[in-house]
Amino acid sequence: MNVGPEPLLRVHGISKAFGGVQALSGVSLEIARRSIYGLIGPNGAGKTTLFNVITGFIAPDAGTCTLDGRRLTGEPVHRVVQLGVARTFQNIRLFHQMSALENVMVGMHARSTAGALGAVLRTRRVRDEEARMEAAAHALLERVSIAAHADAPSGSLPYGLQRRLEIARALASSPKLIALDEPAAGMNASETASLRELIDALREDGTTVLLIEHDVRLVMGLCDRVAVLDHGQLIAEGVPAAVQSDPAVIEAYLGAPAAPVATAVR
Amino acid sequence: MPRLPIPAGMSDAAGRSPLAQGALLALATAALLLAPFLVDALLGRAWVRVLDLVMLYTMLALGLNIVVGFAGLLDLGYIAFFAVGAYLYALCASPHFGLHLPFWLLLPAAALVAGLFGMLLGAPTLKLRGDYLAIVTLGFGEIIRIFLNNMNAPFNLTNGPQGITMIRPIEVAGVSMAKAHAIGPLSIPSLYNYYYLFLVLTLLVVFVSARLQHSRVGRAWVAIREDESAARASGVNTRNLKLLAFAMGASFGGIAGSLYASFQGFVSPESFGLMESIMVLCMVVLGGMGHIRGVVLGAALLVTLPEALRYIGPLQRWLFGQVHIEPSDLRLLLFGVALVVVMRWRPAGLWPSAIRHREFAAARATADNAVTGHRTGGSADAGSAP
Repeated sequence: MNVGPEPLLRVHGISKAFGGVQALSGVSLEIARRSIYGLIGPNGAGKTTLFNVITGFIAPDAGTCTLDGRRLTGEPVHRVVQLGVARTFQNIRLFHQMSALENVMVGMHARSTAGALGAVLRTRRVRDEEARMEAAAHALLERVSIAAHADAPSGSLPYGLQRRLEIARALASSPKLIALDEPAAGMNASETASLRELIDALREDGTTVLLIEHDVRLVMGLCDRVAVLDHGQLIAEGVPAAVQSDPAVIEAYLGAPAAPVATAVR
Repeated sequence: MPRLPIPAGMSDAAGRSPLAQGALLALATAALLLAPFLVDALLGRAWVRVLDLVMLYTMLALGLNIVVGFAGLLDLGYIAFFAVGAYLYALCASPHFGLHLPFWLLLPAAALVAGLFGMLLGAPTLKLRGDYLAIVTLGFGEIIRIFLNNMNAPFNLTNGPQGITMIRPIEVAGVSMAKAHAIGPLSIPSLYNYYYLFLVLTLLVVFVSARLQHSRVGRAWVAIREDESAARASGVNTRNLKLLAFAMGASFGGIAGSLYASFQGFVSPESFGLMESIMVLCMVVLGGMGHIRGVVLGAALLVTLPEALRYIGPLQRWLFGQVHIEPSDLRLLLFGVALVVVMRWRPAGLWPSAIRHREFAAARATADNAVTGHRTGGSADAGSAP
């Protein structure tokens, strides 16, 4: 379980119930610095709930998350972003009436300070900050290879580029951990391949990546470690090869091997 | 030619040369300075008053534009802040309490107090969106109006439905707005004084709006409008920024309100009903939500149109020799028809911001393509299929 002397993210004993449904029960895991960590599991296993707990969107019933030893649980979302966790959404959520560049600049909100008074007076400090943000946003668009679309309304970009823009917006908050919710969903093979390159490059730059993904090939090929959730419980955790051959994982995905006939009849 | 980035602040969207820009600016300045003289000479003194009201409503509409247009918070009780500003001025500069505080003190006080009321409304509604928020704000607006209406007993705070009269006119540096002043051979009547004062403050409100729009704060507001969860995930403190939007918008309303009180010399609760809130909202939506120039246009049109429609009577007499339909019967009907027509043919408003315009155009093009694509058998689909 313990992956290193000092993991970046520590998730400890997270439980969450929605009404009578126990979405997560006592999930604990650790994500090492500069790694790509995969989170997989069948539909309804609790992946997205765990994701929302880590990013501050949902408060857990029990348990804590800490990033670099600082507690995330209980903090509002914008504080979690400030502490160093950024996320993307399963169904892309961009600010459609803003240009791609402005989308990324909004992503820098937690790392900038200009207030209303500064905006009205447009002091030297505010102008400098604005110029710095614009340059950094251009660099980020370059980074995800959509610099040519900087001024296009984000809603007009093709699907694959919207995904990239959303990643750029998340990167704009200079996160220590970037959490990607099914980034390859709906992508074709070549788009997935270039996404894979991008995620690999993020790790090279020193960002830690948490990945929820249905594309098992992508997860197994890309991740350093993988956790498998089923019915809200962590049923396996380890390097991809070990997880892939874990009987509990095979059972969760394919059903119990003891009852093949019953499954076929049903 | 590479496409220019989205125009920022006051910069020129059409890419005109500096010389042309300068000429345009000079022309606009001259037009704004001479407007009351021209309007008076061409249309009569009553229209100078309309011009003053255009300025007041522009300030109001720009305030609501921050809340509705930028931050996307549907507020149906906005006129309450106008009322707060108006009553603050009325109570502090009339014989009602015998107070005669100076204008330069009351104007910022009105902005501040209205801003506080804005936060008061904002705080309990932070988790509400769309229609639910609209209902609560509507209630808030009505509460303020009913409060003003009923607070004449046991302690006579607002003088109830009779309202407050004999409000002192504004004095700037010893110059009373209510009197005509002579500058050389030129006589400047009271309505002109107010025009110039309102003009200065309107320009200030436009300036503040424009600066806010193209700033970190303005972007965060639009982000909240577009997708609140994504805004939070981008690190935007949505609670504080929504409160700020309510407070800023309300303070513009408060400024306009205090000016209105001194301009009219009289305030009563019935000036602050729901219809007024709706009217200001119409100005914002019809002009082009979130686009400052559009909102100014919306305010100017919706203030002048009902006045212009008064000419239906004389027009009928001129055409038919007699008045067939009373203008008062037709006025609101035509006004309503105009609103419907505009929203049908220009759903993004008369003068939407460039990017909003593009998006609406794109949506229409997609819809058209879907139709034509269907007709031609979807050849595009066949081509892209592997």
